[in-house]
Amino acid sequence: MISGRTIAQGQNLDNKLSEEYFNEVATCELNGSDMEKLGVAADEPVKVKTSFGEVVVRAKEKEGTPEGVIFIPMGPWANAVVSGDTHGAGMPSYKGIDAEIEPTEEEVLHVKELMKTYMG
Amino acid sequence: MVEITDVVCSLCGCVCDDIVVEVEDNKVTKVKKGACAVGKSKLMGHGRIEEPAIRENGSLKECSYDDAIKKAAEILAASRRPLLYGWSSTVCEADKVGVELAEEIGAVIDNTASVCHGPSVLAIQDVGLPSCTLGEVKNRADLVIYWGANPAAAHANHMKRYSYISKGYWTEEGKKNKKLVVVDVRKTATAKMADVFLQIEQGKDYLVFSALRAMLYGYEDVVPEEVGGVSKKELLETVRMMKEAKFGIIFFGMGVTHTGARHNNIVNAIQTTRAAHTHTKFNIMPMRGHYNVAGINQVCTWETGYPFAVDLSRGYAWYNPGELSATDLLIRRECDTALIIASDPGAHFPGESIRHLAKIPVIQIDPFPNPTTEFADVVIPAAISGVEAEGNVYRMDNIPIRLRKLVDTEYMADEEILERILEEVRAIKEKEGE
Repeated sequence: MISGRTIAQGQNLDNKLSEEYFNEVATCELNGSDMEKLGVAADEPVKVKTSFGEVVVRAKEKEGTPEGVIFIPMGPWANAVVSGDTHGAGMPSYKGIDAEIEPTEEEVLHVKELMKTYMG
Repeated sequence: MVEITDVVCSLCGCVCDDIVVEVEDNKVTKVKKGACAVGKSKLMGHGRIEEPAIRENGSLKECSYDDAIKKAAEILAASRRPLLYGWSSTVCEADKVGVELAEEIGAVIDNTASVCHGPSVLAIQDVGLPSCTLGEVKNRADLVIYWGANPAAAHANHMKRYSYISKGYWTEEGKKNKKLVVVDVRKTATAKMADVFLQIEQGKDYLVFSALRAMLYGYEDVVPEEVGGVSKKELLETVRMMKEAKFGIIFFGMGVTHTGARHNNIVNAIQTTRAAHTHTKFNIMPMRGHYNVAGINQVCTWETGYPFAVDLSRGYAWYNPGELSATDLLIRRECDTALIIASDPGAHFPGESIRHLAKIPVIQIDPFPNPTTEFADVVIPAAISGVEAEGNVYRMDNIPIRLRKLVDTEYMADEEILERILEEVRAIKEKEGE
């Protein structure tokens, strides 16, 4: 799993509580053949699990993404599953995280609900 | 309606300074030219944090600036291990007061470099940086390499203003006489424009740099048929283009700093640039993200001696990024309060570190509500630098540029808010001393 910037993510950097940000960032880009293998169609929810957490995002087909790689735009949903280990360099591991992905019936959490999971 | 020219964009590290906007009734109503889609969105504005607020019984209650500033000062003055984090989406004048505040309360001060180009800073401290200004790139470069960077999405004007597409003194025909190489895991929009696209396997950057270095030094015989998913043929073609260039530049992004060997990747990237020097003029530059992340690195360095992750609790500056970056402090649950300014760790830190941040008292200074606001205990709205407030920032090539003020505002600028907090903290300490 890797994370990074997109245009709409950048356009809504100051607008993160909006639907526009949610629609762009709570997603997961993957290759068409990986989507077929998983049996998910565009915009259907998928669960991404790593050793550091799990998160539900909507699948998005993107041809430039190689098989076996998923891309989640940088933001709260990607960060729910990345590693905070900085390996003594100060930098967390935002990319290159081993992840499992599966179709799910669960709903994608909105940003406020997602932040609530860190509280209490 | 007033037309304002030479507007400077306060979004990304490109700091475009040729924007034209229209202002009517004290509002930016139109971005006429210059800005990219992302910059335009910033200039046109979004929903604001409307009033200062303090959290009471779980919900934010609006209050006056005076009350919010007083509360923030009380929290900071009582803290035993405060963290002051952010600083990249504001001006150097505010950053300077931030360092003074950190010194006053013995805080750890860290900025967003620790989650973007912190590893680049470490590499530069290790081996230096053969670099140049973006103006030199525009006027001279005939080979542009983007490595682990996707400017088409993240720095949308970069190619047009400074690199591949721009026209300059010795590059008057623009991209016609230039070559573009892109190295990435994904075939991005930038990669689709490239003359040569090296699609590498995730995390294999170090190997590919090493192969290019060996080839540039004339040891292609030691390079195997495939390195990190790239064929030897493609690598040789890239090396040929590097050798034939009159002026080459490598721009590198988070694809290199966020993975695997981190700063060692960048050391290798810089050494690859050095290897190219045995043939021609070559440069390398990090694609800095926030419009003033380079500026806080400058300010923090000239004030404390170090660019980020600085501990001022000992009475002198102590620098150790793997121990003192905001992420490390939070994961060790070491800090007991945090002041977050001009950044959004709620959205951009790993969940593991947000868990502690959500539990401790957090003071947020920002123009816009964001995930950090959800758990902040004191929220202080600020004027938008570059729209409602002016000040100096550093572009990604460390060129200082002054942001302009376009409209008037009732909101306080970051610098003033910090000065007021500092004043209150000093008053509290003086009282305690008595």
